[in-house]
Amino acid sequence: MFKILQKTIRTGIVTTTYPNKPARISDHFRGRPSFDFEKWQDARPAADECPTGAISWRDTDGSRRVTVDYGLCVFCGLCAEASPAAVSLTKEFELATADRGSLVLTAEYTLNPDGTHRNLSAVSHGRANAEADVEGVGAKARETIQKLLGRSLSIREVDAGSCNGCELEIVALNNPIYDIERFGIHFVASPRHADMLLVTGPVTRNMELALLKAYRAIPEPKLVVAVGACGISGGIFGKSYASLGGVDTVVPVDVYIPGCPPRPQALLQGILVAVGRLRERRYDERPSR
Amino acid sequence: MSLTTLFESIQHKFGKQIQSMHAEHEDQAYIFMSDPDIRPITEYLRGEFQARLVSVFAEDRRSEEGVFFNYYVFEQKGDTQFLIARAPVPAADPRFPSLSAELPAVNWQEREIQDWFGLTAVGHPNPRRVALHDNWPDVHPLRKDFPMDMVLPPFEGERHIYRPALGEGVLQVPVGPIHAGTIEPGHFSFAVAGEPILYLQLRMFYTHKGTEKLFEKLPIHKAVFLAESISGDSSFSHGTAFCQAIERAAEIEVPSDALIMRTVLLELERLCNHVADIGAIANDVGFVVANAHASRLKEMLFAANEQLAGSRLLRGMVCIGGVRRTWGAWQVELLRVAIDAFTREFRDLVALINSSESTRDRLEHTGILKPEIARDLGIVGVGGRASGIDLDVRRDHPYAAYRHLSFKVPVYQVGDVWHRMQVRIDEVQESISMIREAASRNLSGQFRVPVPPIPPNRCALSAVEGWRGEIIHWIRTGPDNHLERCKIKDPSLNNWPALVEAVQGNIIADFPVINKSFNLSYSGTDR
Repeated sequence: MFKILQKTIRTGIVTTTYPNKPARISDHFRGRPSFDFEKWQDARPAADECPTGAISWRDTDGSRRVTVDYGLCVFCGLCAEASPAAVSLTKEFELATADRGSLVLTAEYTLNPDGTHRNLSAVSHGRANAEADVEGVGAKARETIQKLLGRSLSIREVDAGSCNGCELEIVALNNPIYDIERFGIHFVASPRHADMLLVTGPVTRNMELALLKAYRAIPEPKLVVAVGACGISGGIFGKSYASLGGVDTVVPVDVYIPGCPPRPQALLQGILVAVGRLRERRYDERPSR
Repeated sequence: MSLTTLFESIQHKFGKQIQSMHAEHEDQAYIFMSDPDIRPITEYLRGEFQARLVSVFAEDRRSEEGVFFNYYVFEQKGDTQFLIARAPVPAADPRFPSLSAELPAVNWQEREIQDWFGLTAVGHPNPRRVALHDNWPDVHPLRKDFPMDMVLPPFEGERHIYRPALGEGVLQVPVGPIHAGTIEPGHFSFAVAGEPILYLQLRMFYTHKGTEKLFEKLPIHKAVFLAESISGDSSFSHGTAFCQAIERAAEIEVPSDALIMRTVLLELERLCNHVADIGAIANDVGFVVANAHASRLKEMLFAANEQLAGSRLLRGMVCIGGVRRTWGAWQVELLRVAIDAFTREFRDLVALINSSESTRDRLEHTGILKPEIARDLGIVGVGGRASGIDLDVRRDHPYAAYRHLSFKVPVYQVGDVWHRMQVRIDEVQESISMIREAASRNLSGQFRVPVPPIPPNRCALSAVEGWRGEIIHWIRTGPDNHLERCKIKDPSLNNWPALVEAVQGNIIADFPVINKSFNLSYSGTDR
C-alpha cells in the first residue's frame, strides 16, 4: 500500500491540458494534408499513390474535377511525396464535423492536352450525404440534444468491424493522460445506459444487426459518432461482399471523426463537438481571391 | 538434414506421389505433389523430422492450371527452411483428406478452406462453417469467379447453432458479439454449473471484411496499407511481413539500415503491446493503479513512435524496399532517452505488481493451458511460450536484423495467467536490450531502394514474430503490379482454441483476465 502511494506521489499529475490549451504533439505527426489548389498542376500522381482513393479526378469536355475526401484519408502522406509543390502535411488533427460534406473538397480545372491541368475555377465543399441538405433542421435538433446531454455523457462503444486500431486509441481516452472522465464522460457496458454510440467501422455484414440493435437500445435522445476513415466511409475496405462501408449506411451519424486511427485528442474533440462543448474547427482551402 | 538428403528420402518413399521438388529463395523449398493426399507425407515429416505444420491454405488456380491447390507449410526444429507441400485438388471433384482428427491445430484452417473455396475436407471431425456464418448463402468468396463487390441477399435464419449444454443446474451464458468493454466483437457461449465454466463455444468472424480477397484487387504498393489494417495493434508487424514477402518474390535487396530500423520498430510495437497487456491483466483482477502506470508507459512509447514514424501505431513507415523515412541523429538520441526512461519506469511497474500478493494469488493457477494441449492445438507466441512451446520466428527464421542480435526466448511450462504475464515481462527486457543494441548502429546509408516492376507468378512466404506470435504471409504475384493471392495467418487464428481449453474449470469471473492474458486479435482472425 505504502509503495503504491509513494509511486503515485512521485509520478505526480500527468493529465494533458488539452483541450484548454493546444495539444503538444510531435512535428513529425502526419495530420491533415493541405492542398494548394492554385499551384496544383496535376492531381494524377497523388491520386495514383493514395491507398484509399481519398484523392480522385474526373475529366469531362476539357475540364477536370479533382476531389479530396478527408473522410477516406488515412494520413499516410503519400500525396505530399507525390506532389510536393501542391500538397503539404500539417499537424492539424481537429477535423471532427457534423457535416460529412465539409470533409469533401472539389476543385474545377481546365484540362491541358498533356493531361495536366490549369486555371483553377472553383473550390467547394462537397455534399456527400443527404443530411447536409437538412442542415438547419439537424442543427436545431442537435441543440436540443446537446442541452440535455451536454453536461454528463455515457458512451457505448461499438466495434462494427474495425482493425482494432481505433479501439486502441479509444481505450487510451481512459488512461491518466487523456482521462475523459474529467469531463463527466463515461464508457458504459449497456446501450440502455448510453447517450452516445461511438462506432468504429467498416460495418461488416456480420455486425450490421448487432449495430442496429445497439442503436435501437439507446434511449432517445441519442447521438452517434463515427470514428476513423473506415467508420466514416469504409476506408481502405470500402464496400464489398463482406463490408457495408461507413457507419451512416446503417445508422444516422451526428459527428464524423477522421483519422486512421484518430489520435486520442481528436476523439476527445469529436466527442465534445458532438455534445456542443467545443466548436467545430473550420479549415479553409479556398483561394483568397 | 540437408535439403538434398531430404528430397532424396521423400522421393524414395513417396516417388509416385511426387511431381517435383525445388528450393525457392534461400529459406523455402516446395514439394509439388500429384494427388491431394497429404496424409502420408505429413505423418512422415512429423514422425521422422519432428516437423511442425505451420499453416494450411488454398488457392484457386482453375483458370490457369485447371485445379485448386492446397498448401501445407512445415518447419523443422533447428532448420530455417520452410518446407511447403503443394497438393492439387481437382476442380471436378473438390475434396481433400482432412488432417484435423490427427492434428487439431489445423481444424479452423481446413474449415476456412471449405468455406472460402468450397473444397470439402473429407473426414473432418467437425465440418461446420467457421469463416462464414450459417446465415450466409452458399458462396465461396475466395474463388476467382466470385466478384469482390457481390451484393449478397439479406441474411436469413440462425447465425450459428450452439451445442446445447445439458444437466441439472447447467446454464448457458451468452456473451457478445458486443462485449462490455471497448474491445472487438465475437460471441462466447459459456456453459456453467454454478461458478465454474464447463464448456466454452466461440463464434468468431464477426469482423470478416474480405481482406484476403481485397489483396487481390489492390495494386501492390497500396496493399501495404491494407496489411497494416489486418490487426491495428500489429500494424508494423503485418506491414513488415507483407513487404518482406513482396521483396522476396521480386528479389529486392533491402538496405541494412532499413533492416535495423524495422527491427527497432518491431520491438517498439512489442513493448507497447506487452506493457499494455501487463497493465490490463492487473486491471482485470482489480489492481487499477498498476494499469494506470502501464497505460502511462504505453503513452511514453506512443509519443516516441510518433517522433520516429509520424504515427502512434507506426503506420505508413514500412514500405517495399525498406522504410519510408530515415532517422536523424536527434531521433536516435530521442529513442535512447525514451527507452532509458521506459526501462526505469517499467522496473517500478514490475516491482509494484510483484509487491501485490493478492494480484499474484489471482493470477497463479488461473487459466492453465497444459503444454501437451498447447502442442496439439499448435499454439504459438506468448501463449505458447508460457506453456512450453519453444517457438520464436526471430530466432528460428531470422529476418530484418535479428540474426545480428543476441536475445533469449523465455519459455515456461506452467501455462497459467501469471506465466503468460511473466513471458511478457521477460520479453520486454529482451526488447529493451535489442532496441539499445540496434540503435547503437550507425545509420547513415541507404534506407530504401527503388522498387523494380514486380514479376508475375512468383510465390513467396514471409514470417514475422509479431508481439502476439507467428505471423505468416504467403503471396503469388500477378501481372500489372497486382497479387493473385495473399494468404494471411495471424497468430490469433491458432490460439483461440487455447482459450477454450484454458477457461475450463475456472470461474466465469476469471474469464476476462484469462482472455486478456492471451489478448487475441478478432480482426486478425476474421480478416
